Amino acid sequence: MALAFPIAVGVSVVCFALVYIAPGDPLETVVPSDATAATIAVIKHAYGFDKPLAIQYLIWLGRVLHGNLGISIATNRPVSLEVGEALVNTLRLVALAMPAALIIGYAMGVAAARYPGRMLDRIVSGLAMFGISLPNYWVGVVLVIVFAVQWPLLPATGMAPIAPGSIGMFNWSDLRFMILPAISLALIPTGIIARSTRAAVLDVLSQDFVLTLRAKGLDEEAITRHVLRNALPQVIAVVALQFGYLMGGSILVETVFSWPGTGYLLGYAIQNRDVPLLQGIVLVLSMIFVVTNLIADLLQVRVDPRLRRG
Amino acid sequence: MPASHGYWLGVWRKFCKHPGALLGAFLLLCIVLAAVLAPWVAPFDPNQGGIILRLKPFGYDGHLLGTDELGRDMLSRLIYGARVSLAMGVAPVVGATIIGGGLGIVAGFYGKIANGIVMRVMDVFYAFPSVLLAVAIAGAMGGGLIDGMVALTLVFIPPMCRVAETATAQVRRLDFIEAARATGAGGWAIIRYHVIGNVLGPILVYASSLVSVSMLLSAGLSFLGLSVQPPTPDWGLMLSTLVQSIYVVPWVCALPGAAIFITSVSFSLLSNGLGEAMDVRR
Repeated sequence: MALAFPIAVGVSVVCFALVYIAPGDPLETVVPSDATAATIAVIKHAYGFDKPLAIQYLIWLGRVLHGNLGISIATNRPVSLEVGEALVNTLRLVALAMPAALIIGYAMGVAAARYPGRMLDRIVSGLAMFGISLPNYWVGVVLVIVFAVQWPLLPATGMAPIAPGSIGMFNWSDLRFMILPAISLALIPTGIIARSTRAAVLDVLSQDFVLTLRAKGLDEEAITRHVLRNALPQVIAVVALQFGYLMGGSILVETVFSWPGTGYLLGYAIQNRDVPLLQGIVLVLSMIFVVTNLIADLLQVRVDPRLRRG
Repeated sequence: MPASHGYWLGVWRKFCKHPGALLGAFLLLCIVLAAVLAPWVAPFDPNQGGIILRLKPFGYDGHLLGTDELGRDMLSRLIYGARVSLAMGVAPVVGATIIGGGLGIVAGFYGKIANGIVMRVMDVFYAFPSVLLAVAIAGAMGGGLIDGMVALTLVFIPPMCRVAETATAQVRRLDFIEAARATGAGGWAIIRYHVIGNVLGPILVYASSLVSVSMLLSAGLSFLGLSVQPPTPDWGLMLSTLVQSIYVVPWVCALPGAAIFITSVSFSLLSNGLGEAMDVRR
């Protein structure tokens, strides 16, 4: 837990460094190609490129901590605004995909662990491995082929024009755009959650206290409650990880469906060589990941005090 | 009394009895053979197309799997694409195993300061979701074959390092290491003779499961145009250019993705089987 802060700092350093691994002078990204030497020198000074790297990092960090992520080169709007809007859209998808993955994956994992080695377990484990090896962008394409091309049931791409204030998920006209991308996103997490839940439950079942409870004569239902409670920390860890991956890794699915989320924006930033936007997106998404893992750590300790690392 | 067989022979025998592993190995063998023997196996030239032959369905005029948006034969492009896609999937893992594995062994063996520095740096990279990190690095670098490979290798180094470090730390505690030190063996000799042999198993199992992920990720990078560039045949790239044509020949366009999937599953099956075969507890 105490590690979270230095890690966050390290993450910000990596994000800052992204500009410098780009080929050519970082100055080229903000300076028009026909500028005179004098103009270049002025811009260089204004952006602070003439200062040593460490100072540049601190200046950048200071701005970021005040919420200023710079201006997007491609759209001329503040990066924080662009990222904020895109983030809401990605969250809509994740809000649909994550609970589905959690419920289905958890149920599959627990069911498989109840009768290990039997048919149900083999089917579930097989399905889980299947799900994990599927390229989610390909699943998106296949889903579009089946549900939009062969049988025109659902829209192939895009998002419904949802009014900025509303949540926009509770009516069919908005929801229909979200179904296919959400399914594509949910497949891999479902497989991973199923596999991890199964492993966690089997792990707990092999512990001595379960044998003791059974010897005591406790009924199955109560034993199941105890077992699941003990398996919970591992499940929480996996779910948090998957949530982070969904938020950070949505670019592929969003590109297939032209869903205007952070992933799509990332692709846009890369295509347009829009470095401030790229930095901003990567920073926000990775911070979300760090915070998510931190919350998961705290939750884990809450559920199982033995995990306290103090 | 018959002499007992060695560990690796036992692993091989258990592996051969595992149906999933055998299926994975068989599929992979087919794919690798097709890739290696591409010039002799592919029916057409993968780079030659024609406007008239655009987007034809399965079986049209000798093109078993149809043609793509530039009239090139799909089957041939898939076979030649296997070369690129397999290389792009395996190479980063090999690189990450050497670099990350090496770092992990050093960190696990020498402990204290070396361990602290290496593992904390890895923790920072662990704080990024892998897709995001790969896309960010490849995107920032400009995108191209080399950039894609570098990005993927960097993404896989932290997990590889962690696995190697854990395995090494476990081996380090064993008595025979202490015995080796007592006989005067230096750190490097111990690593070479005792540690590497013992940690190679878990590292290889993890590496093979990582290849399955790497296939998806590298194809994903080329899908976004950040890795392989046209006209090189690569499954991810083919999928991205064909997506626009799904209204014409839907299932032809889905083919490259199927190839990615099958290859990834094969590696997954292989690594599962390898892991179970190497497990001495069963």
